[in-house]
Amino acid sequence: MSTQITEREEESTESEPETETEAGAETAPARQRRMDEKRRRAADRETERERERAGIEGDTRTLKVFRYDPEVEGKEEPRFDEFTVPYRKGMTVLDALIYARDHYDSSLTFRHSCRQAICGSDAFFINGSQRLGCKTQLSDLSNPVRVEPLPHQEVVKDLVVDMQHFYDQMDAVEPYFQGDDVPGELEEQRQSRENREKIKMSTRCIWCGACMSSCNIAAGNNDYLGPAAINKAYQFAMDEREGEAVKQERLEILEQEQGVWRCQTQFSCTEVCPKDIPLTEHIQELKREAVKNNLKFW
Amino acid sequence: MAIHEHDVIVVGAGGAGLRAAIAAQEEGADVALVSKLHPVRSHTGAAEGGINAALREGDSWEDHAYDTMKGSDYLGDAPAIETLCQDSPRETMQLEHWGMAFSRDDDGRVSQRPFGGLSFPRTTYAGAETGHHLLHTMYQQVIKRGIRVYDEHYVMNLAVTDHDDPEDRQCYGCVAYDIKTGDVNGFTANDGVVIATGGTGQMYDHTTNAVANTGDGAAMAYRAGAPLEDMEFVQFHPTTLPSTGVLITEGVRGEGGILYNTEGERFMFERGYANNVGELASRDVVARAELTEINEGRGFEDDHVLLDMRHLGEERITDRLENIIHLSKDFEGVDPLEEPMRVKPGQHYEMGGIETDENGATCIDGLYAAGECACVSVHGANRLGGNALPELIVFGARAGRHAARRDRAEARIETGPSAKSEDGSIDTPVTPGEVGATGEDVVADGGSRAADGGALLDAPAGEVVERAVERERARVERLMEREGVNHAEIRGDLQKSMTDHVNVFRQEEGLKQALEDIHECRERYRDVAVSDPSRTYNTDIIQTIETRNLIDLAEALTMGALARTEFRGAHWRKEHQERKDDEWIKHTIVQWNGGRPELYYKPVILEGEEKTYEPKVRSY
Ligand SMILES: Cc1cc2nc3c(=O)[nH]c(=O)nc-3n(C[C@H](O)[C@H](O)[C@H](O)COP(=O)(O)OP(=O)(O)OC[C@H]3O[C@@H](n4cnc5c(N)ncnc54)[C@H](O)[C@@H]3O)c2cc1C
Ligand code: SF4
Ligand code: FES
Repeated sequence: MSTQITEREEESTESEPETETEAGAETAPARQRRMDEKRRRAADRETERERERAGIEGDTRTLKVFRYDPEVEGKEEPRFDEFTVPYRKGMTVLDALIYARDHYDSSLTFRHSCRQAICGSDAFFINGSQRLGCKTQLSDLSNPVRVEPLPHQEVVKDLVVDMQHFYDQMDAVEPYFQGDDVPGELEEQRQSRENREKIKMSTRCIWCGACMSSCNIAAGNNDYLGPAAINKAYQFAMDEREGEAVKQERLEILEQEQGVWRCQTQFSCTEVCPKDIPLTEHIQELKREAVKNNLKFW
Repeated sequence: MAIHEHDVIVVGAGGAGLRAAIAAQEEGADVALVSKLHPVRSHTGAAEGGINAALREGDSWEDHAYDTMKGSDYLGDAPAIETLCQDSPRETMQLEHWGMAFSRDDDGRVSQRPFGGLSFPRTTYAGAETGHHLLHTMYQQVIKRGIRVYDEHYVMNLAVTDHDDPEDRQCYGCVAYDIKTGDVNGFTANDGVVIATGGTGQMYDHTTNAVANTGDGAAMAYRAGAPLEDMEFVQFHPTTLPSTGVLITEGVRGEGGILYNTEGERFMFERGYANNVGELASRDVVARAELTEINEGRGFEDDHVLLDMRHLGEERITDRLENIIHLSKDFEGVDPLEEPMRVKPGQHYEMGGIETDENGATCIDGLYAAGECACVSVHGANRLGGNALPELIVFGARAGRHAARRDRAEARIETGPSAKSEDGSIDTPVTPGEVGATGEDVVADGGSRAADGGALLDAPAGEVVERAVERERARVERLMEREGVNHAEIRGDLQKSMTDHVNVFRQEEGLKQALEDIHECRERYRDVAVSDPSRTYNTDIIQTIETRNLIDLAEALTMGALARTEFRGAHWRKEHQERKDDEWIKHTIVQWNGGRPELYYKPVILEGEEKTYEPKVRSY
């Protein structure tokens, strides 16, 4: 399985070094020896890899991975590549992708970092739903496993999507604390346990974008704030450490045309959220707050 | 060529980088964060436990400092430790004022809990997600302040002048690869560059660190001439899940979880590793016990031991350790209510790093560092749990502030070769440092001896940055153009050697073997090539460069480990089973020296503001 295209292979065979001065630093025989050595080692390693590939026995899993690269021949048209990887207990979709990349095709591209559901990098569309690659056990999925980029987002390459729109929506709700009376340098603002408990779930968001990708409304309407941003606003609006005036401003942002009222309570966001945040409930609660609030000012 | 210009450039947007950027901005500087990950993806988010800060009556910064010095096994510098402990309460409260969702006591104040090695319960926390909250709270401030973030920009190298003595060098900026477009751009810093690139766990094949923790910043600063300090001190955590390295908190053992081997023995007691406290022994003791069991053939699949908590009962487990059930199920496919968890030791934290003073300044003018990539040194030979997060905010803020002022503020900690007190000498099987001197390879592997004109000494900033950009461009071209070895093979071999030889157990022979292996990695890296031909989101190229950084750091670490013939803190040597205070209360320094790493020592400062810390036996 390789996406290397012939054109490139031709290009890279024995091309003269561009920078003359550098090549000149090495004598011709030395260079020849090095090139021979390089070829020999490359050949050795290739055999080794072949052996490894052939040696996959026992339990395996197959991934069908979406591939796309706007500037690589053969990948400009989206396609699916298949990778068969050895399976061991505890293996996640992310582990399998890493295996495929490191053993078969180093151009296989996906974001990932923490491997523990906290960095929010690896939300993919796995067997038809939005999940984190690192938090999805292969044993919970039917084989072959289909891995695609998050739907409703522009694909940059392979499994990488453009997150800018998601970030813009987050920014739109003033996603930062705006406390008004901060006590002395060494003293905290008091907050009740109950209040902390109330905002707890909302603070767990890891900005993975799964919710937004699952939401039909957001898919059809780029201006809708979307579940993650509304949840972020919920976190601050419900935090008793922020004053009443700020809360009013927050509710105004949420109440505008592209805010909470767009939500049609389909619960898809809540279902896919890897941090179990009750997104739909939070949106509903904000709707109620908004109504209460309007009544108050009537 | 695009050159971006700002007053302060912060490389890395984890806890340390974000705090540095905010502090620099408060000084009035125009700041930019340049980070290979979007800020909220940084590994600070994974920290669970908490932030040590002496906030309460009955506690004091002095007690916190005493605990930290003792924990460091008397290898921390008093000015650094005292600064940490004095500033932590204010910095922690600053986070609260920025809205961080700390857990709360009944009276509405922030909660604190006890942690290993602390004489007072001063670990301030936000559930089991302290790092997540800390990271997001600070990123919110960055949004609020409109600080410019160049995310998914991979910093490849620094732009530094060529003076012979690193202390005469000037840092004018850095070069970054725009991951989305493949462009190589320059960043000029009018006032200073702060490195905050985090840990180095990817040197090992098993770690609690993220895939992105490849020590890039430390490697870049090292090659630019800033020395690495105490790299041999690596903390290993005894209970991590074998397939991913996800950390299982000490809390499981604290609540009564037991460890056993294939013989069904509760080995901590039955094999006499810790007759009194058993599973509750300190991290390093438990980690060594587990590995001994595995090495002697009593491990499962020659890989791990079992941690059982089923006897605690479902109710107690769900009540106190609920997140452990999720972690084990999600990441290991094991339900700990039904069967024991598999655990093994994993790399967790690098105590050493870029040598800085208590203001975050390195010996190179205009270059600062903070966070896990730096070594101030607060943790010495062993970090106490809950002391890394305060380090991020305390020294992040200081580094940012001083970078914005580009001042050489007075500091008690000395940096650079002039701080040397003693030459080091080690007997190495191979010559450490760069291999081969042919131009073409040097360009591709990011080496420093590229033949591109004379040395830049008094050149203007722009010229230094431009040359750095040219070099990195050539490097990218070269890596993309040629064919050769995939970096993943080299990285895999490096990780294996480090795990086999420079792990929890270290002995002379193994360390030498590691140096040979590292040398071999360097040799092979001369043939490294990137096979993904795309300019769009080419992670192959990023990882290839990361692997070079890991090689440099692994070598410095192993040199330090070979040199230090004693057992102190996290550094265990088979042939040298005691702490040797007469000889070894000194920092190990490795300086790149233009590609020929040089080892030397500098003194540890045990004199605090008011008192001198007297080395005592580290027993708890
Ligand atoms: C699982 C776990 C639990 C922990 N728990 C605790 C705890 O309870 N208490 C405690 O005190 N400590 C804890 N620690 C330690 C502590 O969390 C870390 O030491 C700390 O978070 C590191 O922060 P940092 O800002 O230095 O680096 P990171 O948060 O890792 O950030 C590094 C940043 O640098 C960027 N970067 C890296 N390389 C480049 C490059 N080449 N170009 C551009 N950008 C780059 C990354 O994008 C990232 O933004 C824990 C660590 C782990 C792994
Ligand atoms: S709310 Fe949940 S699904 Fe949406 S971005 Fe946050 S963590 Fe992801
Ligand atoms: S890799 Fe970080 S969330 Fe999956």
